[in-house]
Parts: sequence; C-alpha cells; structure tokens
Amino acid sequence: MDEKHLEDHFNEKIDQDVRIEPKDWMPDHYRKTLIRQISQHAHSEIVGMLPEANWISRAPTLRRKAAALAKVQDEAGHGLYLYSACETLGVDRDTLLDQLHTGKAKYSSIFNYPTLTWADMGAIGWLVDGAAIMNQVPLCRASYGPYARAMIRVCKEESFHQRQGFEIMLTLCKGSDEQQKMAQDALNRWWWPALMMFGPTDADSPHTEQSMRWGIKRFTNDELRQKFVDVSKPQADLLGIKIPDPDLKWNEARGHYDFGEINWDEFYNVIKGNGPCNKQRIDARTKAWEEGAWVREAASAYAEKKTKQQAA
Amino acid sequence: MNQNLFNYTLQQADNCLILGQRLGEWCGHGPVLEQDIAMTNIALDLIGQARMLYQYAAEIQDEKRSEDDLAYLRDAWDFKNVLLVEQPNGDFAKTILRQFLFDSFNCPFYEKLKESSDERLAAIAAKSHKETLYHLKWSGDWVLRLGDGTEESHNRIQNALNELWPYSEEITTPSEADIDANKNGFGVNLNDIKSERETKIREVLNEATLTIPDSAYNHTGGKEGKHTEYLGYILADLQFLQRAYPGNEW
Repeated sequence: MDEKHLEDHFNEKIDQDVRIEPKDWMPDHYRKTLIRQISQHAHSEIVGMLPEANWISRAPTLRRKAAALAKVQDEAGHGLYLYSACETLGVDRDTLLDQLHTGKAKYSSIFNYPTLTWADMGAIGWLVDGAAIMNQVPLCRASYGPYARAMIRVCKEESFHQRQGFEIMLTLCKGSDEQQKMAQDALNRWWWPALMMFGPTDADSPHTEQSMRWGIKRFTNDELRQKFVDVSKPQADLLGIKIPDPDLKWNEARGHYDFGEINWDEFYNVIKGNGPCNKQRIDARTKAWEEGAWVREAASAYAEKKTKQQAA
Repeated sequence: MNQNLFNYTLQQADNCLILGQRLGEWCGHGPVLEQDIAMTNIALDLIGQARMLYQYAAEIQDEKRSEDDLAYLRDAWDFKNVLLVEQPNGDFAKTILRQFLFDSFNCPFYEKLKESSDERLAAIAAKSHKETLYHLKWSGDWVLRLGDGTEESHNRIQNALNELWPYSEEITTPSEADIDANKNGFGVNLNDIKSERETKIREVLNEATLTIPDSAYNHTGGKEGKHTEYLGYILADLQFLQRAYPGNEW
C-alpha cells in the first residue's frame, strides 16, 4: 500500500474510534506528537515525586507517612508505564531521560513550585491531582492503545490521591487556627499554578486542533480549565477556605463560574526555567541519575557475568 | 502493664520505624526507577510493621496513648533501636549493605516470633515475615550484584562493609528485654538466630567476593537508649510537626 492509502486507512480508524496499536502504520507527525506528549507526562510523574517526597520524612503521623510513601511510589509507577508506552513508539527510556536532564524535554510546570508546609501535601492532592485528573480522564479514550490503557491505571490511582489530598485539607480546616492558616496559605499559593496546568488559552495553543483531530486530546485547554474551576469552588466552600480570586463569581447566564485573568507572564517564565524550583528539580533528577550510573553498570556487568557462566 | 512486653515490642517497632525513615529518604532519588520503587516499597513495609507494633505497645501501656505518641513524642534516650538502622544512607552500596545486615536478622526473627506465646506478636510476625522474605532476597541479590559487578561497585560495597561491620552484631546481642522475653516465652532466643544469620551473611558476602573485616569490635547501646549523634537529627525531622503544633489532629 502506498502512503496515501495507509494514511486514509489510519484516518478511518481514528474516525471510527478504533485504537491505533504499536505495530500499526501511523503518520510520522502523529508518532512524534505522541512521544512528546507521553514523555512529558512521564517526566512530570518522576519530577512530581520530588516536591511531595520533600515531606515524607516530616509527615505528621505514621498513617500520613505511609500514605505519602505509597503515593510517591505510585507516581514512580506511573512514570514507568508511561515510559513503557513511549518505548512502544520506538524511543527508549534512557534517551527520554537524557532529554529531561538536558532541558530538551518539558514537564508540568506545577512541579517547579516549592512545598513549604504540610498543607501543601493536601493542596497538591486536591488541586494538582484534581487538575491532572481533568486532563487525563479523557485520555483513557486516547486513540493510541498503549497510552489509553496506561491512562486508565493512572487515573484510578490519581483519583485516590485526590481524595487523600482533600482529606488532608479537610482535617487541617477542621483543626487549630494555625492549621487553618496553613490550609489557606497553601490554597493561595497553589490555586493559580493549578489553573495554569491546563496550558495556554485555546487561542495560544498551537497543537490543540491537530491533537483533537487525532483523538489524543478530547477537550480544549479552556474547556478543561472551566470545568476545574466549576468543580473546585464548591469544594473550597466546603473546606471553608477562600480561593484567591476577587473576580471569581457564578455567571447564571453561562452556567459557569467566571474567574480572573491568569498571570501568563508567570506561566511563560516558569516554562522558560525561571520558576522557584526549576533548577533544584532538574539538579535533583540529574544527580540521582549520574550518581546511579555505577549501580546500573554494576547490574549489567553482573548480569553479563552470570549469562556467560550459564553458557559455559 | 507488662513493662517487659512493652519494651520488647517497642524495641522492634523502633528498629522498623528508624530504618523505614532512612529508606524513605531515597524516595525520588534512586539510581533507577525500579529500585526507587523497591526502596520505597520496603520503607512502606517497615513503617507498616512499626505501626502494628506501636499500636500493640500503646495497648499494653494502657495510658490512652497512640502509635503516634510513641513515635513522635519520645526523645532519643527512649528509643531502643539498634545503632545500625540509624546510620546514614551514604551511597547505594551503604544503603544496600545496611539493609542486608538488617534483613538477615529481621527475616529469621519474625520467623521465630511466629511461635511467640503472645498471640498478637505471633500474628504481627506472621504478616511481617512474608514481607521480609522479599526484603532479604532483594538486598542479598544487590550485595551480589555490587560485590561481583564492576571494580567500582566492589570497592564501594567493600567500603560499606568495613564501615558497617562493627554495627552488625548488636542486633543479635540480647538486651534485658530480649532475655526476659525469651524466658517468658513471648520472645525469640537470639542465640538461635545468631548462627543462622552469620551463616547467611558469610555465604552471601563470600559469593559477592567481599572480605569480612578483621575488626572484632562491636558498637552497642542502642537497645538501652544510648544512640549515635544521628538519631537526634532523624527525630528532629520525624517529629517536627507534632512538636511545633502539639495536640493537633493531622
């Protein structure tokens, strides 16, 4: 079959919502876009381990400590299946990690913000995982099979993390004045970065149209952001803390909350590397990778020795 | 309250908590994703074991205290863990060797504790023993890989062995609590484990082409609450929130 026929066949499958599998023909641009999207997500998972791992040693109870360990471990697991999904597209994990360490690949900017108090563990679960779920649930129907299947597992665990985060917030909000202050402070710091997680406005989002055509994106950035605001406002009310946006109010005519303008300068600055923790996050990942080199070499050398011994 | 049963339970709980806390420091910083997950998983098991033991200890104490009161509101002199588990992570080789020296105790310890006359300890041991079988396999396999891997990995784990060897034996040296527990039927006879453990350690270290140091000196004191300088910092971290905001629910 010539390329034209292959592409027609591919488009037919997309139109009929038939999954594309690793051995199927796919346009080069589709493959590249998927690699970019899935690897960014995988990187976000493993960089995202860092701000939360920051509070494991200081978790306030043993139950919270165990939950924090389990959660960060889940994120490592998500990283693993997403790197594996990427490998089915022909790029190995070491290459992808190299792109992360050298700054060629991006990850979610939210993880460039610091975790300053225990309440941040609540706010991250509630808002950051909440926003991630909004983004990711539609991807369980993504056109690329291995990606869609990975996302089903990821989403199940994320929704558990989100409930856990909300429960941390609820406990703080029902607690002492100091704990309530901690919860409000965390909401103040995480709210806007959480809204930025949905990416630029639709007008400034160059990939959206093609990605929607290919079924690797199901809703636009602004649609998802609106949905997130609509869901989060009543939750903040339930907690008794205030979303830091004076323009946030219900719009009867639209059936949605109106909200204030996002500080896009901040958004682009963090993407460019000027967020509060960009350097620390990449340094930590690079350090772990470089200091682990001798371990990986030893494991390979040992495996090779054993294979030779068995063959002899 | 049965003070000896309390001390005995606490001693093992403290070992698990402090080593779990140390291993948790690796989370997000492991040499490769799979091993990051493995270390976090073992940390999680150890924290789980610590919780079951603290919960039981709190019940024995019967003063309306919780697992968290025991973990978060005691000072270093009340902690009864061995000095081995509070040693810093160092590089991956040191973490592995510390883990192996501990697992080679913990696994046979729980196996014997399953026969405790105390039903609760026996039940905790039965659940925990299954976990430690995996821990021991994991750390033992890594001792082999690093010892018999490359020159660098061999040197690193040999250094770790030289450094940690004087902290190995405390764990099978009976404290008062150990002696009393064994006499009363609810505790393990450490002499039974000692030789089994030493055989296992020598077997693995030999296969890993490592040399056991000549030094026969053993550091002790942890079981009596005399710790290294490291424990104070571990507790400062661990207990920060409970100390800074006393009496709150979290």
